[in-house]
Amino acid sequence: MRHYPTMGRLHREAMRMTDTPTSKPTAVARPQRPLWAIWGEKALELLIRFAGVSAIIFVMSIFFFIFREAAPVLESDRFSLGRFLGSVEWYPTSATNVRYGILALIVGTAWVSGLAVLIAVPFSLGSAIFISEFCGPRLKEALKVVIELLAAVPSVVWGFIGLTVTSRLIVEYAGATVGVNVLNGGLILALMCIPIITSIAEDALKAVPDSYREAALALGATRWQIVYRVLLPAAKTGLLAAVLLGVGRAIGETMAVLMSTGHAVQIPHGLLDSVRTLTANIAAELGEAPAKSEHYRVLFMTGVFLFIITFLVNLAADITVRGVRKQK
Amino acid sequence: MAQTPALSTLQDPASRFTVTPGVRRKRRTEGAAKWILSGMAAMVILPLLLLLTHLVVKAWPSLSLDFLLEVPLKGMTEGGVWPALVGTFYLIAVALLISAPGGVLAAIYLNEYARENWFHRTVNLAVINLAGVPSIVHALHGLGAFVYAAQFGFSIISAALTLAIMTVPVVITSTREALNSVPMAFREACWNVGATRWQTIRRVVLPNSVSGILTGVILEVSRTAGETAPIMFTGAVFYKAVERGDLFPYFLNDQCMALSMHLYVLATQVPGVKESLPYATAVVLVGLVLLTNSASIMLRMWLRNRKKW
Repeated sequence: MRHYPTMGRLHREAMRMTDTPTSKPTAVARPQRPLWAIWGEKALELLIRFAGVSAIIFVMSIFFFIFREAAPVLESDRFSLGRFLGSVEWYPTSATNVRYGILALIVGTAWVSGLAVLIAVPFSLGSAIFISEFCGPRLKEALKVVIELLAAVPSVVWGFIGLTVTSRLIVEYAGATVGVNVLNGGLILALMCIPIITSIAEDALKAVPDSYREAALALGATRWQIVYRVLLPAAKTGLLAAVLLGVGRAIGETMAVLMSTGHAVQIPHGLLDSVRTLTANIAAELGEAPAKSEHYRVLFMTGVFLFIITFLVNLAADITVRGVRKQK
Repeated sequence: MAQTPALSTLQDPASRFTVTPGVRRKRRTEGAAKWILSGMAAMVILPLLLLLTHLVVKAWPSLSLDFLLEVPLKGMTEGGVWPALVGTFYLIAVALLISAPGGVLAAIYLNEYARENWFHRTVNLAVINLAGVPSIVHALHGLGAFVYAAQFGFSIISAALTLAIMTVPVVITSTREALNSVPMAFREACWNVGATRWQTIRRVVLPNSVSGILTGVILEVSRTAGETAPIMFTGAVFYKAVERGDLFPYFLNDQCMALSMHLYVLATQVPGVKESLPYATAVVLVGLVLLTNSASIMLRMWLRNRKKW
């Protein structure tokens, strides 16, 4: 949709006519561009094309280099993919019996990010609807700016808040013995995800054409009826994409969960148990694992696993969004 | 928007339509929905603002200009954040130098050169993925690719390269938006007077979108400043001895301290830290990020008001 094909062809034609000697000689000799300018331009366009491809190169490079560091462990007899994904026993530094099982970490990630999404989604969608449909233009502008600023607060600061503020609140009011647990991590992660999901969901609502709203108004619908009879069905794929991106973010978040979930590698039995997530595990142990050791390589294997998971989530979000575009 | 005269007539009690029970119920639901939704928005924003205020209050005893300029003292339990502040600036500068030109060029390709086909979609998907990959996975990539494979070692250059790859989608997306907002007619007019594609981009498209691009670059600065996980294993260290107020303490192949890392270390690794110290570090970090972000937002607003088409 960017380039009108006819215009492009005419344009190229015109270029050819001025460049080739077979074009009609004109009365006044046209000034020609110097050769270096023409070749410089060609080189620059090559550079631009290369930069365009670079995103693909980066993604492949990420996969390649992580997998390259992880791959040798596949040949070790102390590592099997089945036990890696299916066992809860994570004893990477045991002197007698080394076991690498990340199931407890997977479950920890699922609990924390699941809780975070459960808390964040209703609030995010509610505030997105409020910002998009119910408040006046000035308040709308102000709220959007605040949400954008909140989305920018670094994750290590959220982790710090989780460690110092909310964990103490949880000990005091929820009666937990340790403040850093699933509830704390989920809460902090939810606080982090809310601004992101809100702003994407607000965009999705904004993308619904105004004519839909006007048609509903003309039939006598109230604003709430417009929201849940017209807007939510019309924007549902966009909202789903927002939620999916929030999920991806929650799974991949590192510093905040590292600092706010405690460090117990276990399957949690309740919200007040400490857990460890996949991301936090890498961050906590990579510094201690000697380079190129088996432990180090297993941590890279965890990275490969994480990469694949988030890749799939992002792919799902992208396909959802593309579905929306096709509809229009 | 939703506010049209029809609605106010509906809510007006003196409306000449008869008020049936159905209409009354409709209005009640409407009122309830409005209250609940505004309550939700308030519950989202107020606790967050409260938490940030709490940080400032707790940090107050340590906050001063001296805190910024002083180096950490007595085993990092007292003193200031100068080496971390400088380290963060180094990381931002090097990462920006790499990713801003690359990101802008990539966006030019995507918006001005690429056709709508499967390849274009693949590049798009790659950009989205690059933004969605967990930061710790970026750290692993930096460690495997830059520290070991390219043999840059644990250094500012490795950390900055990792950060650059991680934040380049920010520049790409916002630059694309800026380029996309330049009307097609501008380009067509330029082509029709015989300019080549690059001349059109250089003389017409870029000058008309430069502030939008700048917005993206500023956003990237704020992203880069806050990231911790990617630099933890590629070039940031717990402590490095630096003179008070020294502007050039690091070389590119040195390891450095960084604000975000410093906050993590103070909060979890150092025993007996003065209580307000980590809070003050957090406030400096948040302040830095929010300042750059506000600059970007203000630039965008100014731009929107100025736009003539």
